[in-house]
Amino acid sequence: MEMPTPDSSVIGKKPQLISRLMELLPNDAIIHEDIETRAYECDALTAYRCAPLAVVLPSSTDEVAAVLRICHEMRVPVVPRGAGTSLAGGALPTADSVILGVARMTEILETDYDNRVIRVQTGRTNLSVTGAVEEENFFYAPDPSSQLACAIAGNIAMNSGGAHCLKYGVTTNNLLGVTMVMMDGEVVEIGGAHLDACGYDLLGLICGSEGQLGVVTEATLRILHKPEGARPVLMGYDSSEVAGEVVSDIIKAGVLPVAIEFMDRPCIRATEAFAGAGYPDCEALLIVEVEGSEAEIDEQLEVILDIARRHDPVELRESRSSEESARIWLGRKSAFGAMGQINDYMCLDGTIPVSQLPFVLRRIGEMSKEYGLDVGNVFHAGDGNMHPLILFDANKPGDLELCEAFGADILRLCVEVGGCLTGEHGVGIEKRDLMFDQFAPDDLDIQMAVKDVFDPKWLLNPAKVFPLAASAGRRAA
Amino acid sequence: MEPVSESELSKMIAGADGPLQIIGGGTRPVGRPVDGAALSLAKLSGVVEYEPGALTLVVKAGTPVAEIERLLAAEGQRLPFEPMDHRGLLGTKGAPTIGGVVAANVSGPRRVQAGACRDYLLGVKFVDGTGRILKNGGRVMKNVTGYDLVKLMAGSRGTLGVLSEVSFKVLPEPPAAAVLRLGGLDEARAGEAMCAALRSPFEVTGAAHLPADITGENAATLLRIEGFEASVSYRAERLGDLLDGFGKVEVERDEAQIAQTWSAVRDVKAFHDHAGDVWRYSVRPTAGPALGASLRAMGAQALQYDWSGGLVWALGPEGADMRPEGLDGHATLIRAGKETRARLPVFQPEAAPIQKISQALRDRFDPRGILNPGLMG
Repeated sequence: MEMPTPDSSVIGKKPQLISRLMELLPNDAIIHEDIETRAYECDALTAYRCAPLAVVLPSSTDEVAAVLRICHEMRVPVVPRGAGTSLAGGALPTADSVILGVARMTEILETDYDNRVIRVQTGRTNLSVTGAVEEENFFYAPDPSSQLACAIAGNIAMNSGGAHCLKYGVTTNNLLGVTMVMMDGEVVEIGGAHLDACGYDLLGLICGSEGQLGVVTEATLRILHKPEGARPVLMGYDSSEVAGEVVSDIIKAGVLPVAIEFMDRPCIRATEAFAGAGYPDCEALLIVEVEGSEAEIDEQLEVILDIARRHDPVELRESRSSEESARIWLGRKSAFGAMGQINDYMCLDGTIPVSQLPFVLRRIGEMSKEYGLDVGNVFHAGDGNMHPLILFDANKPGDLELCEAFGADILRLCVEVGGCLTGEHGVGIEKRDLMFDQFAPDDLDIQMAVKDVFDPKWLLNPAKVFPLAASAGRRAA
Repeated sequence: MEPVSESELSKMIAGADGPLQIIGGGTRPVGRPVDGAALSLAKLSGVVEYEPGALTLVVKAGTPVAEIERLLAAEGQRLPFEPMDHRGLLGTKGAPTIGGVVAANVSGPRRVQAGACRDYLLGVKFVDGTGRILKNGGRVMKNVTGYDLVKLMAGSRGTLGVLSEVSFKVLPEPPAAAVLRLGGLDEARAGEAMCAALRSPFEVTGAAHLPADITGENAATLLRIEGFEASVSYRAERLGDLLDGFGKVEVERDEAQIAQTWSAVRDVKAFHDHAGDVWRYSVRPTAGPALGASLRAMGAQALQYDWSGGLVWALGPEGADMRPEGLDGHATLIRAGKETRARLPVFQPEAAPIQKISQALRDRFDPRGILNPGLMG
């Protein structure tokens, strides 16, 4: 992965930068010794590493603004960082950049059940937002699988999804307002506890902009009362075509499950060896979960089970207790760990139109043979968000590059069938150079024009999202 | 001008030598008055792709909303955000188009639970002020590839680009519904009842309060539940128990009656055929009743509350500035004479840094300033 050549003049200004930051922030909020900055050299895309010039950990919006003003004035690039769980390299530093981490900003600023909103500092983890409102049986709906660790700041930057977004939507559908610091240190308020922008929907624009338009320090989030209950059902089929038909028929029947998860045979076998959840050895496994009171669940499952039976399942298992529910989810939830047990893996997240599922799975199987790398597929089937896990050996020379080439081919396939490169992880550096496969030059140009408006010097989160050649002129300007 | 294709639209915009007034169905003339040559999207119409099993719909921007609703209904599906029809309120004629709905980010009562138009918009194609045909998003439900210009285009009222094609996530139309009705509550109490209903797990998809005002009828607080039959019955009963302290709860189950009630709420029917300016406010739901009281003090003759109190409609004296001081939220002047719309801010004035960003975006998307110039202020 090509990164821009670090600006030696910026690196040369390090002593001056550190002393100016020291005047503003407590000493323990600034990390600048080489041995310590190394802890921030990568995020969850560990294949790429680069220690930053320094790391600052402010505690308030004012401190963030002060840091950004200095960096702006000294023309030092800034990489905003939530919890560093990005799988796309969204928080990968450059050698001439300052990491601005919001990890110390974890306060709950307001909880308002009547208006169903919570306002938090964005360093707070996703799961702890739910934790803060559980006493009233409320929850925050977006649930990326890293929710124990990932920060709201990163969720907003990447517009994170999760397993339950078929019903509840993704981050952008649950975000009502932000306090954001612009690169020049100006603090702006967008949205709030009221609904819908009156002017341009800048909130919608900022969500998913990968930390390139500003640093979001506070967020107003939608919270909801928990459903009374939930129950999954597991189905096994002999072909992915049939499983795809089942998904389509369930949706057409008017049922809106809260989650529809799909696993293919390689993935089922891996998780069985790892977790022993008792899954059938079949071509395609579906887990469908519905919510509500007992009576409501029964009513929805009757429709779903009827459809499932009509398609001749090799296995059909309805949960009858919370233990059985946990067992149905066990294999799915340990899928990543199971694949990781076999080898190193790369996880992709391209989205496809649901109707293309059988074709795409077949093509991935063929490509797997061509590349000589195994792949297992986990899939949010209701919304078409795939998660192919390609296995490779990081210690074998050339294997990472081979895996990346395979991954790129899968993502191009997703685009070809009418889908996109990334459904919930973001572009980061990982998919940056594939952007021209999805967008025409003008389509990328107008996005970069938005970046010009918010961050004219292109200092925020450099080298992400846009192919370097496409952004070169703007970065140099 | 009436382009019949996207490429013709592109040529017309590239070749325009002055301001353009962008028109969908022409049924929602909200905004500051615009002088310019009319550019109608009416002929850029038709369904491009509809996959009921994937819940996705792609249509050209000039497609009439009614045509889309018919198409979806035939498959038991719908646009979940319940777009308002402005014709009755604004006294306009013509066929509302889907492009107009998106351009104004129009939603209805279900917005409080299901989300707004922008939440269901998956992709857009549009022509910018220089004539470039651009796309963003797509037709899949989860897509974080690049910046989300889909949201930016929703509600930009034709000032950043002219929409040519839009794609949506649609949802199943539930087979059953119930409406719980509380009679005679004052506005503060009605606000409490609506908030109590929305903080329950019973998935209330509409929470409105219609004060007595000009209807002459008793004040009514309405709560809607939708879903499968057994589920609706169950939730209606449980919600009724929950609202016990607010007085007698009547439950309406007649399908036609429910549809009529909520289209009246959606289109603010109570204000139709009454003279006066119409203002719309979006606030924190619990702030609704207090805002209502200030609006009455400022001369409002009638009010309607939707979104659990978060959406307040006011019928005010013609030409009066009905923006209370220190409003935490935003006010929009929906209906008023041309003179009033030129004199008063139609949209909530933005803070200086936001105003600067908005103007800079306009300069990038429409460098010649020809697309609905001045409409948004």
